[in-house]
Amino acid sequence: MKQFIIRRLLQSIPTIIGASIVIFLVFSLAPGDYLTIKFGEDPNITPERMAELRELYGFNKPLYEQYISWIGDILKGDLGVSLVHQKPVTTVINTFMWNSFIIAICVLALQWLIAAVVGIYAAIKQYSIYDSFVTLLVFIAMSFPSFFLGLLLLKWLAVDYRLFPVGGMVTTGVNYTGLDYIWDVAKHLALPVITLTLLGVGSLTRYFRTSMLEVIRQDYVRTARAKGLKERVVIFKHALRNALLPLITLFALELPGLFSGAIITERIFNWPGIGRVTLESIYLRDYPLIMGFTLFIGILTVLANILADVLYGVADPRVRHK
Amino acid sequence: MSTTANVTANTKVKKMKSDSLWRSAFRRLRKNKMAMLGFFILIFMFLFSFIGPYLSPYLDAKISVRDANKPPSAEHWLGTDKLGRDMLLRLMEAGRISLLVGIVATSIIVIIGGTIGALAGFYGKWVDTLFMRFADIMYAIPTLPILITLGAIFSDLKVPPDSRIYYVMFIIGIISWMGLARLVRSQILSLKEQEFMLANEVLGIRDRRKIFRHLLPNTIPIIIVSATLWVANAILLESALSYLGLGVIPPTPSWGQMLSTANNMIDFKMRPWLWIPPGVCILLTVVSINFIGDGLRDALDPKQKR
Amino acid sequence: MANTLLEFRNLKTYFYTEAGVVKAVNDVSFSIREGETVCVVGESGCGKSITAMSLMRLIPSPPGKIEGGEILYQGKDLLKLKDGEMRMLRGNEISMIFQEPMTSLNPVLKIGEQIMEPLIEHKFLSKREARQKAIELIEQVGIPRAAEIVDAYPHELSGGMRQRIMIAIALSCDPKLLIADEPTTALDVTIQAQILDLLRRLKQERNMSLMLITHDLGVVAEMADYVVVMYAGKVIEQAPVKEIFKNPRHPYTKGLLKAKPIIGQRTTRLYNIPGMVPNPIGLGDNCHFSDRCEHCMEICLTKQPQLKEDANGSKVACWLYEGEGA
Repeated sequence: MKQFIIRRLLQSIPTIIGASIVIFLVFSLAPGDYLTIKFGEDPNITPERMAELRELYGFNKPLYEQYISWIGDILKGDLGVSLVHQKPVTTVINTFMWNSFIIAICVLALQWLIAAVVGIYAAIKQYSIYDSFVTLLVFIAMSFPSFFLGLLLLKWLAVDYRLFPVGGMVTTGVNYTGLDYIWDVAKHLALPVITLTLLGVGSLTRYFRTSMLEVIRQDYVRTARAKGLKERVVIFKHALRNALLPLITLFALELPGLFSGAIITERIFNWPGIGRVTLESIYLRDYPLIMGFTLFIGILTVLANILADVLYGVADPRVRHK
Repeated sequence: MSTTANVTANTKVKKMKSDSLWRSAFRRLRKNKMAMLGFFILIFMFLFSFIGPYLSPYLDAKISVRDANKPPSAEHWLGTDKLGRDMLLRLMEAGRISLLVGIVATSIIVIIGGTIGALAGFYGKWVDTLFMRFADIMYAIPTLPILITLGAIFSDLKVPPDSRIYYVMFIIGIISWMGLARLVRSQILSLKEQEFMLANEVLGIRDRRKIFRHLLPNTIPIIIVSATLWVANAILLESALSYLGLGVIPPTPSWGQMLSTANNMIDFKMRPWLWIPPGVCILLTVVSINFIGDGLRDALDPKQKR
Repeated sequence: MANTLLEFRNLKTYFYTEAGVVKAVNDVSFSIREGETVCVVGESGCGKSITAMSLMRLIPSPPGKIEGGEILYQGKDLLKLKDGEMRMLRGNEISMIFQEPMTSLNPVLKIGEQIMEPLIEHKFLSKREARQKAIELIEQVGIPRAAEIVDAYPHELSGGMRQRIMIAIALSCDPKLLIADEPTTALDVTIQAQILDLLRRLKQERNMSLMLITHDLGVVAEMADYVVVMYAGKVIEQAPVKEIFKNPRHPYTKGLLKAKPIIGQRTTRLYNIPGMVPNPIGLGDNCHFSDRCEHCMEICLTKQPQLKEDANGSKVACWLYEGEGA
């Protein structure tokens, strides 16, 4: 097993390098940059001053030099300095990422819980009205544009019915502490969490249902019944354990999502998370920030893939013994 | 005493109608109520978007600030936007763009992904490794940030609004081909192992024939299902981009673009007719495509139960 | 004369599919006595497996449904039992093993665990006792190093070994009746012989009844006391094994026997029953074998022959033996 992990880690290095090159190329070949956005329309900045600023910021160096210095910094743990926030990228990420994390972890828990219960039950009761109803709801949930659902919920629950605050993470102007603070955040959390949960729970439910259906048809489930075991045991011990195997992989792949933030949803609800920061930085062409963060998520994704394979190997005895 | 000759005469061999894959799939599809519902909704959306405008009395109407921001009424069933244009008409025109982008982007995905997947699966070894590594790299990069960034870059490149739509189709296509490539590749790999391919080998059939007459036809069902679902995805991606102002931009309408009016606080709160209908259109279209795609999947793979 | 353990009476099991109604088991009657081996023979699709699954009440429903008849086990009609009562018989007094040993065991559970389950469920053994019994059972089915196998996973065993484990599981609670649905079809010929020997030995030791489903007449010759021949959902002949081989009555049975190649005998062409097995949907009221039968008569095309008892204890459903015709 250890060998497997080491081998995969080594294999992932070229992938990460490749990803970094692609990311770098996309951003460096872009015509606009931070300066054009900030000062492009400003009549006070002469072209000479622009050139000076360029020199200052190091935008004039040849591409490969910029790439090497970028990579070199990264290996030292320095992801660059954000042009907008005037702080190291790592600091910026650290400030905002955990806000997104809170939302993501709530969503993860809710999604998986609901999907498991609903999906498994739908599979057991295949062809029933419950099953058809669930399938219909799942389709609708999967087909909602993320921003539309967010906007609808915002209008309906926050604006029209005033059940929830309209945005932000805390009520402005008030400085809660302790339990009051947690409650305040929770109220603000509710709508983004509901939105994101609804969006993702659909396809996840389908996965549970499909996997369970697949397993229930298997010969060994028939054997379990022929042994006269209780139906509960047949479903939960024999069927479910096998049905969960492919879902383990899926679970591991949720890892990058916990940290990447929901770009559009955070914008709609004005949540101070890394997703919103990412969007802003794209609008403002804060390339060091986007590049650093995108690469960070990319690395997480690659690691999550390895984790998925490892977990699967641990769970499935057939793979474990290879 | 019957003789063999009599037996042949008496023998009624019940002939079963030869059921090709397509015929039986079609039969199954027709029976799927949700898929049929989706199909009709989709047809409606297409007619709505492409034929609808010709039925509107406002087709050649000019911008009229006097009529701006009117709520739904008898004359304007869905009200008017801030430039006084009839919302229903805008919705239809936007539909054209959104649907078109979805289809063209998916075609790009099928062409790129299908080719790469087929080549990787068929030739194997270093070709396979090379392509799949490339796919891994693309997979590692998070989709939305890159998509948005590319959209922003096109703004910087000052791409004229009319051409932006092609750029949008293009970038959605080149970001999303990996899933299909993997699918095609694994299908070809598993087909290669099957006995009929071994028979081809033994008979000395050439490569091109093997690919085109044997492997590809067996891959088409998977590609069709995948492509259908990707149209839905592409429509969602385009609408997200346009909502953020980085996809198609005015004056080109698209449903996502119309939704961006909700970014204005007043419009959001006071004028729901401006942004709810486009959202509903996207929802209906995507749901119906998903129904169809799912129905196709059931119909084309009889072994898999719902 | 041993007592009747199990009796099928006019069993009907139908499947409702989108293409029509499949009368998989269409009025089947026969009995199994204590300690007897009954082989149910027929081609694929004749309904023999469904008969067994109906007995175990494991018919997937939808689309299947047991539409009529009785299955009397020790006098009680199994079809009238409550689900819970039937469950207590399964794996306990009536056991079943299946055709594909490679997929019949749960891949994520240890072998020992899977053998212990029925023991704990039906015989209320403790975990320790059950594990001990499991090791004994593994030895009884002829697998060496039982103590290691008990902690192994199914994928570590070969097909033949897995089938032995299936037998061990099936026999764990000392059933009175073991149903074996083509237990050797998926195995190599040499392994086949071993498995059949094992079944025969265990059956004798425990005085157990065995309902053996197969399409292989060689297996029938080796194992059967009594033979039931099925075709298109019906029993067309049943007799003690010697009678079937010495004096087959139904043209189908004769055809089956003729089709089996005999070592040492040289022929230019192997015999083949002409025609095909009929489409199970939309079968009419004629004899289902009529379109392939060389003795086909007028009446065969219009009416079903019934199963009639004959002088030597054989039963046959054929118009040739009803006093009409030759």
